Amino acid sequence: MEFIYYFGDVFAPMSFMLLLIGTVGGLILGATPGLSPTMAVALLIPFTFQLEAAQGLILLGAAYTSTVAGGAVSAILLKIPGAPANIATTLDGHEMARRGKGARALQLSFLASAVGGVIGVLLLIFLTPVLSQWALAFGPSHLFWLAILGVTIIGSLESRSVVKGLLSGCIGMWLATIGFDDIMGAQRFIFHPALGGGVNIIAALIGIFAIPQVLNMFAKGRNDPNVEVIHVQKSPLREAVVELFSKSRALVIGTVTGSFIGLIPGVGGQIAGLVAYDQSRKMSSTPEKFGTGHSEGVIAAEAANNAMVGPSLVPLLTLSIPGSPTAAVLLGGLLIHGIFPGSDLFDNYPDVAWTFINSMLVGQILMCIFGLYVAGLAARVAQVPQSVMAAIVLGLAVYGSYSVQSSMGDVYVMASLGIMMFFLEKFGYSAAPLVLGLILGPIAEANFIQGTMIADAGDGRMGYFFTGTLNIVLIAIVVLSVAYSAFMELRARRQMQQTEALA
Amino acid sequence: MKKLLAALALTTATLAGGAAQAEGYPDRPIMMMVSYGAGGATDFQARIVTMTAGNDDALGVPIAIINKPGAGGRVGWNWLATQAEADGYTLGAYNVPHFIAQSIQGGVQYDADSFEPIANWGADPAVFVVKADSEFNSMQDVIDFAKENPGKFTYSGAGLFVGHHIAALQIEKAADVKMAYIPNNAGGAGAMKAVIGGDVMGGVNNLSDAFRAAEAGNIKILGVADLERSEFLPDVPTMKEQGLDVDDASVNFRGVMVPKGTPQEAIDKLAALVPEMFKNDRIAKKMKDGGSPMKVMNREEVQAMWAKRQETLKELLAGL
Repeated sequence: MEFIYYFGDVFAPMSFMLLLIGTVGGLILGATPGLSPTMAVALLIPFTFQLEAAQGLILLGAAYTSTVAGGAVSAILLKIPGAPANIATTLDGHEMARRGKGARALQLSFLASAVGGVIGVLLLIFLTPVLSQWALAFGPSHLFWLAILGVTIIGSLESRSVVKGLLSGCIGMWLATIGFDDIMGAQRFIFHPALGGGVNIIAALIGIFAIPQVLNMFAKGRNDPNVEVIHVQKSPLREAVVELFSKSRALVIGTVTGSFIGLIPGVGGQIAGLVAYDQSRKMSSTPEKFGTGHSEGVIAAEAANNAMVGPSLVPLLTLSIPGSPTAAVLLGGLLIHGIFPGSDLFDNYPDVAWTFINSMLVGQILMCIFGLYVAGLAARVAQVPQSVMAAIVLGLAVYGSYSVQSSMGDVYVMASLGIMMFFLEKFGYSAAPLVLGLILGPIAEANFIQGTMIADAGDGRMGYFFTGTLNIVLIAIVVLSVAYSAFMELRARRQMQQTEALA
Repeated sequence: MKKLLAALALTTATLAGGAAQAEGYPDRPIMMMVSYGAGGATDFQARIVTMTAGNDDALGVPIAIINKPGAGGRVGWNWLATQAEADGYTLGAYNVPHFIAQSIQGGVQYDADSFEPIANWGADPAVFVVKADSEFNSMQDVIDFAKENPGKFTYSGAGLFVGHHIAALQIEKAADVKMAYIPNNAGGAGAMKAVIGGDVMGGVNNLSDAFRAAEAGNIKILGVADLERSEFLPDVPTMKEQGLDVDDASVNFRGVMVPKGTPQEAIDKLAALVPEMFKNDRIAKKMKDGGSPMKVMNREEVQAMWAKRQETLKELLAGL
């Protein structure tokens, strides 16, 4: 309960002002395509040079929490996920916005983010010692199986066709092999200098999601300037709250999945939203509604990616191991003030550590309040005429992919992947499995190679990858996940045959 | 936000600037490319050591950091060697032995002759670490185990052709043993996680990161791959003291360089001012607080160090 003692520090005038700046600035940065939470925090670090340690961390903590939530804004309104964490939000969120329910989607996403986020931070406060052991339990073989589990989600992510889902996933995995190989330094498929560092995930995200959108908008706009004028429905806050709690199953699944997957170093943050989305669909009573603008999808995805924020810092704060790129940037922010995270952090610098954590807690609430305040206004974006919208999104896409590492190369990657995706979508392939392949490919590959090297030096590959409780549990989940997808596919096919027979 | 916008504007101004004017140099902000991601050790140190650049007794103009990460630094150094404007307003951070080892390995568009060194700011030696509850207490224990079980001792490092890998090669060569070096794809932090999590039996890591992990009680540091003991770890013996003929070839030197073709006046001015700038008290304090060992070297010293590394690494990597 020590953290309550330090709550006062968060509300000191200067600290609270920084908290507000961090939260509002973070929301704006997060909503800008291309500015991922990692970038936003990195951009802010130089400004903490002038501040005291606790105040600097308040700014960083608030910015981290609100950029993650802010990413939902562009995911819902523009179908451009601001960061890998927001991919799952696009699936149902953007469908809702297209039906004029953008305001509701944004409200639900901010409310779910706040619930998930607060619970995630509370886990960080109360269970850190237990959780840090869990974070360490994942070695190369386990991370490999976890990535394979992600691959099984690929097949079922978009309900239309398992085969096409897997094929898109394979394309994504192939794209992930481009560049210098992480471990050996071998060059693979580098046919242009822009690809030396591989396909940048943020640039790819923007291209794959935004460019097909833009092309479709231009195509439609030409035929009929008045096509699809969306009536934006007003959404009273009370109804949104009621809806959130009536969908409590998605909220619980999202929060739990996000918290636990968020802990796992190197994997968590990126796939928490997608795994939660997939799980809540599999456990939902109406799985067929997912992907058609179903609010449960938004709730699960956003609860998960904010629930991940707190636990993702556990390895950093207790073991000094940054578990995610954002945590690595935060480590820099701590070191610059001479604060070494580690198991004795809370004894040596209780004021800094607790103020930082409290600021994330208060930040979650402030983020929710501001988010709800702008949700109604932001949803009007859907009313912008298609041709104008297309130009704006295109501009944002170029700006966003350039700003990732100030390189035109990323803009070319964004454009060519986007055009490729436009044609792939015409043939019924979808974007989310492709991106998931791009994210999971390197994780699976690197851990497989490291695992085999360790296994070869030790007790053999079979023993290394297939024994041990955690390995077996993960393999079992993989098998169950595949079996479930196959079962659903068969059932759907049988139902179709029956309806055809009846007709 | 205003400060942020100002910083962005500054960066844009730096990018958009035209050719250099030798007289009055520098008269506008300078950009420094860091070939690792924001928040990494190199980026973090680069930001500290350049924070006083705008002072009148330093360059008088600010230095803006631009990150071009990817492929273990190759992306950024390729860019600096081939695309950056050699006008004195574009600097780059170097990591030795990384970029020299990569140029010997091949497949990149640079070597030591593509750049002109300006000054060195830091030296982070590689250290050998094991988990806190490990049975190994000295390098001798590790070597004994490796002699009895050839190829069975697994140890992590931040990849191939980086300081950690060089140290690993030197240790194996000096002790004439075969061990299993497991390169990690998540850099020094990933390699450290592998040690603390028990995925591997030991590891080579940065002194600065290992120092923190040891303070936190997670690991033991068995030896330093440098010529002298470190002021951060006065009780940890060097490899040489433990009978292993390992020199400072793996020490991660960080400093500032410019692309070849930069006007000589600009190089001379930077070479005179930058080492003095690094000696600022505020910088020294921030670096010490962050657990980052400093070592300021001037242009001539860095030139000699590069040449020596080039030779050692060529010999060491020839057998691979």
